[in-house]
Amino acid sequence: MMEFINFYLIPGITLGSIYALGAVGVSMIFGILRFAHFAHGDLMTTGAYIALMLVWVLGVSPLVAMPIAMAGTAIVALLLDRLFYRPLRELPTIYTVIASFGVALILRSLIQVLWGTEAHVYSPGFQKPLIFFDSLRIASRHIQIISTTLAIAVALHFFLKHSRLGRSMRAVSDDPELARIAGIRTERVIAFTWITGACLAAMAGIFVGLDTDVHTNLGWNMLLPMFAAALLGGIGKPMGAIAGGLIIGIAEELVSYPVLGVSLLSPSYKSAVAFIIMLVLLIFRPQGLFKGRLLQ
Amino acid sequence: MTADGLFFYFVAFMTMGGIYAILCLALNMQWGFGGLFNAGIAGFYAVGAYTGAILTSARSASHVGGFDLPIVVGLIVAGILSGLVGWAIARICVRLKADYLAMASIGIAEIIRLIVVNEEWLTNGSLGIAGIPRPLEKLFNGREAELVFVVFVWILVAVTYLVAQRLRVSPWGRVMRAIRDNDVAAASIGKDIQRFQTETFIVGAVFMGIAGALSAHYFKFFSPDATEPLLVTFLTWVMLIAGGSGNNRGAIAGALIIWAIWSLTEMLTNQLPTEWATRSAYIRMLLIGLFLQFVLQRFRSGLVPEKPPELRPR
Repeated sequence: MMEFINFYLIPGITLGSIYALGAVGVSMIFGILRFAHFAHGDLMTTGAYIALMLVWVLGVSPLVAMPIAMAGTAIVALLLDRLFYRPLRELPTIYTVIASFGVALILRSLIQVLWGTEAHVYSPGFQKPLIFFDSLRIASRHIQIISTTLAIAVALHFFLKHSRLGRSMRAVSDDPELARIAGIRTERVIAFTWITGACLAAMAGIFVGLDTDVHTNLGWNMLLPMFAAALLGGIGKPMGAIAGGLIIGIAEELVSYPVLGVSLLSPSYKSAVAFIIMLVLLIFRPQGLFKGRLLQ
Repeated sequence: MTADGLFFYFVAFMTMGGIYAILCLALNMQWGFGGLFNAGIAGFYAVGAYTGAILTSARSASHVGGFDLPIVVGLIVAGILSGLVGWAIARICVRLKADYLAMASIGIAEIIRLIVVNEEWLTNGSLGIAGIPRPLEKLFNGREAELVFVVFVWILVAVTYLVAQRLRVSPWGRVMRAIRDNDVAAASIGKDIQRFQTETFIVGAVFMGIAGALSAHYFKFFSPDATEPLLVTFLTWVMLIAGGSGNNRGAIAGALIIWAIWSLTEMLTNQLPTEWATRSAYIRMLLIGLFLQFVLQRFRSGLVPEKPPELRPR
């Protein structure tokens, strides 16, 4: 039992938290700008590398570097929107999808040119896990990741429900035409969507670096589970995306847990879980679990 | 470089360029005719390549296969299997907004890559399959064989082009364009949108599979490295958008021009010292990414824009 919690459930929740942070951005961008953002994973990588640079230059811990990395990633996202996505806004959104596919490549190769391709860690050495009740072992990085994600989820909920900007965002996501007629400034909402999405993506990227290591394919590899999480939660529903991310993260770890000596899937097929969930959703419930919408 | 060396460099260039031309024509069927976004070209290419490799290579102890079948059989089965994968994905996704198909197709490519790397009994894992034959290998050798192969590739380019061109001017092609440009209007005159879109996706997938099998025969050795999404999926997209989506000649021209830029810059950067040579590979990627953005914003109809065929009176 404790083995199940220590080696499957807690890593699953950690991975799920990382997916959740990324999926919020994917879901918001899909809801408000109406396109699947293929460069979102590489925004995560960008955040992770900005933090890596700060850790190297200033010698601070990655958690201290996080706010600056988030700000930096937000600026990158706003620049990308200005340069590559806004010029295509009047066209069918599929052109923006193609552009974002290219932006993913631009970000990744820029990182490869600047930092090289080898993997790095924020702080070398083995961290001893904390032990509770004699048998519950949690690494402190897992506690940091899970608790930060929890705090973000609560903050996001209140922001979307009660703040003026949050309500405008939901309005644009529900019906952009009506929102514009009602006098909501769409461009401002879009800018804020990018800032929120990029900040959370940077956070997720740094968490991947804390949990494993920082490498140039870090974000691209997470794209599929993040899309699946956003679909699972219902497009344009950030809270749903958080739930979706957790479900997928936990499912990915649990499929390799041996029940009576047999595990459902070998660990090397872990990343197939997100895809299977995505296909089942697209067949039976493309609007997602939580009353999401199906974009036309 | 001697004139002879230059000529065979050109032959190698045209061989790979021809394989890309088939990929690009296939993508043009899906995207140019049908408006269907496929972000998983590498997956269909891998299915075709491994099918061809397993069916035609000689017996081997390290993986299934060694069926030693004729190359034509391999090509046909490669197309059929790749088409089946396309059918499954299209059945699920074409009824939804294009973005969903994009997400699912990138997923299928990822799954196929996982299978290829993990199922060693089938594909020999990351070590790859060796000893894949080329057509008429016993009759020609050395440089003559290179010439025979480039002719073989371009015969298949011609076949793909004729099929694509025939589809374009046929009533079927007219319906596809109508659906792409206004699906509601097409549905209102009784066209079964889902059936037509599924068909387009399958036809495209078949030719992507054939292109994959061809490259397996060309390399004679095929490992998961050759299905790198950047080199297959992304480059093919840039080729089609730059050449002119919707136009078959544009697709071939785009494939050759982008492949020329890609391989010439590689030749130039290989002259640099080693450390800079690896780094400049990423600079080339970066420039190709920026080039795509430029084309999308300024040059959207491409080099050879789409021209709908004239309606011929009966």
